[in-house]
Amino acid sequence: MSIISLIIKREFIAKVRNKSFIVMTFLSPLLFVGIAVFVGYLSSMKADTKHIAIHDETGLFVNEFISKNSKESEYKYIDLTLMDVKFLKDSIAKDSYEGLLYIPKVANVKELENKIQFISNNSPSIVFVEKTQNIIAHKLTETNLEMAHLDTLAIKNAESQVNINLTKATGEVSVKGLNEIKIAIGGLFGYLIMMFIIIYGNMVMRSVIEEKTNRIVEIIISSVKPFQLMMGKIIGTSLAGILQFLIWVIIGLVLMFAASMFFGVDMGPTTNIPPELMHNAQQEFAGTAQMYIKELWNLPIASILIGFVIYFIGGYFLYSSFYAAIGAAVDNQTDSQQFLLPIIMPLMLSVYVGFFTVINDPHGTIAVVFSMIPLTSPIVMLMRIPFGVPWWQIAISVSLLFASFFAVVLFASKIYRIGILMYGKKPTWKELYRWLKY
Amino acid sequence: MSSILEVKKVVKRYGDYVALNDVSLTVPKGSIYGLLGPNGAGKTSLIRIINQITLPDSGEIILDGERLQPKHVQYIGYLPEERGLYSTMKVGEQCLYLAQMKGLTKAEAKKQLDYWFDRLGIQGWWNKKIQELSKGMAQKIQFVVCVLHKPKLLIFDEPFSGFDPVNANVIKDEILALKEEGATIIFSTHRMESVEELCDHIALIHKSNKLIEGKLIDVKRQFKMNTYEVGILSDNVEGLMYDLTQKFTVGQASFKSLNDDLKLEIHLGDSTPNELLNTLTRRGQVTHFVEKVPSVHDIFIQTVSNS
Repeated sequence: MSIISLIIKREFIAKVRNKSFIVMTFLSPLLFVGIAVFVGYLSSMKADTKHIAIHDETGLFVNEFISKNSKESEYKYIDLTLMDVKFLKDSIAKDSYEGLLYIPKVANVKELENKIQFISNNSPSIVFVEKTQNIIAHKLTETNLEMAHLDTLAIKNAESQVNINLTKATGEVSVKGLNEIKIAIGGLFGYLIMMFIIIYGNMVMRSVIEEKTNRIVEIIISSVKPFQLMMGKIIGTSLAGILQFLIWVIIGLVLMFAASMFFGVDMGPTTNIPPELMHNAQQEFAGTAQMYIKELWNLPIASILIGFVIYFIGGYFLYSSFYAAIGAAVDNQTDSQQFLLPIIMPLMLSVYVGFFTVINDPHGTIAVVFSMIPLTSPIVMLMRIPFGVPWWQIAISVSLLFASFFAVVLFASKIYRIGILMYGKKPTWKELYRWLKY
Repeated sequence: MSSILEVKKVVKRYGDYVALNDVSLTVPKGSIYGLLGPNGAGKTSLIRIINQITLPDSGEIILDGERLQPKHVQYIGYLPEERGLYSTMKVGEQCLYLAQMKGLTKAEAKKQLDYWFDRLGIQGWWNKKIQELSKGMAQKIQFVVCVLHKPKLLIFDEPFSGFDPVNANVIKDEILALKEEGATIIFSTHRMESVEELCDHIALIHKSNKLIEGKLIDVKRQFKMNTYEVGILSDNVEGLMYDLTQKFTVGQASFKSLNDDLKLEIHLGDSTPNELLNTLTRRGQVTHFVEKVPSVHDIFIQTVSNS
């Protein structure tokens, strides 16, 4: 057995046998599902009903609001036009009502556009303000139309609601929620790759620091070249990462199969279901769930998974060379913080770019550029893949990633080679630069 | 006696700092070679170069007649001064791993390990983790790792540090046994008494330069002080001292003696020992007459402080 494969094997076994690896592999999917369910539960919980007093001196709007009252709605409107405004304001201060909507009497309804007040102790939510403004604006428009002697009913009938059916060029019909699914899947995998790079990069760094502090490194590099040791370490650790990912994929697929069985989805392509049927199916919840699961199966799962593995390997190799060099340069983990910051930055940047740009415009310039730059491409490109990326872009991005990996490894191994034999004080950036030239 | 290792005009610099300045050494086959020098003298740099951990800037190393090359790692066993093993790995696996790194097959490594574990009485440690062992126990494992692949050249950097006297003795006996089996041992240490006890050759490196090298006995001859320790019973001490100070330099000495004698340290100068004896016997009863042999300790201190 060649020496480098010995090192790879040892690193792999050391990582996989570690208790935290086992716990993380099997516990984190549970944790993830648990958090998702918890967040879902929280957001479905109803807030307390808030009472809103309405003092409408025009008498135009109060019914619009009262008619919106229902058991489910968060806000309950009460018509208190008969009561004195001053008294109402006082009772707001005493917290009897959440707020008071005061619509003063005006000569011309046009003036109402900026005379209506909402008085409350706590500033109201943006959603509430917008909703209230909409109701009033709508009614005001109607009133204006009537005053212009236009037939409001005819106008209402003339208004149309449009529902665009999303269809891909390949002929598949998509569900409306698909884009959200793509965003979620892209975000999930982008985030996952960042976590993997940080977690496994840190593992490499810790293992380098361990070897350096307990000085076993001297025994080992009297038998192998530092470069072999570094590469063996990086590869061995990455295999542990891939194993963990594969376990998650299997768990995920099993869960998806289970969900499919539960909702009775057949896993064939969507094309053979006519759009009308789909529309009908959307009526009920089970139908919707069915659609979503079906759409999950229709995502480019294979390209996402293969993309994940390729970008994980490339991104991880690139970053873990930095991590290995840092581990070699310092004597303990506390000293590493200063050097880690510039590594974390591009990772954070890619996640932000991913969440703010890719989601809005997956094929826009910024998204494309960042999915080419090697330090950010693993995350940004992975977020783009669910939306479909031309193969040549992936090819360029992957080649750039691996080319820069080889360049970085050359530099990192120089620092590593010198660093692992240097004990004592924490090196400065300047010294690291000097090591490159030894 | 042919040499197993020749270091020829080796220079090593770290930036502006010269760690080894044109150092040449010859280590004879089958010797125990003491590599001495104060902290920071360049010993570790030299050992790292011999182990191919770093490369010299110039000069060359000849191992057993061949220029040093990567395949030679399996002929060398190295016990670094700063010891360490993977703390969470099991002893057996760890030894197998490190032995395979040195080019042994798994089966060979297993066989050798069984032999050494048996020999040192540590069979029960196979499945223990290093972190469960005491420091001395871990050192023993490391010693085994170092000698496992039957290297021709063993390099021990402070091999006895961390051992209690009993285990230090066990290791010392093993080192001597390895020498008997034909291995050459380079021994880097600050403990002069173990150099005195074990080494037949020494070299002293100070401030990146080699100052002394040779057979221990030759080096001692070179540092001969021509000084004798004398014990004498005399009725006429004043007369004795008068005679002595005429010809020699006289000082106080202290050594153990059964007699209530006068203890002197006498430097001969150009005279012979017989002339001293003649002077002494004329004035009293000689109870003690020993040539003062310079200890390695003295040589070390003298050389380092003179340079």
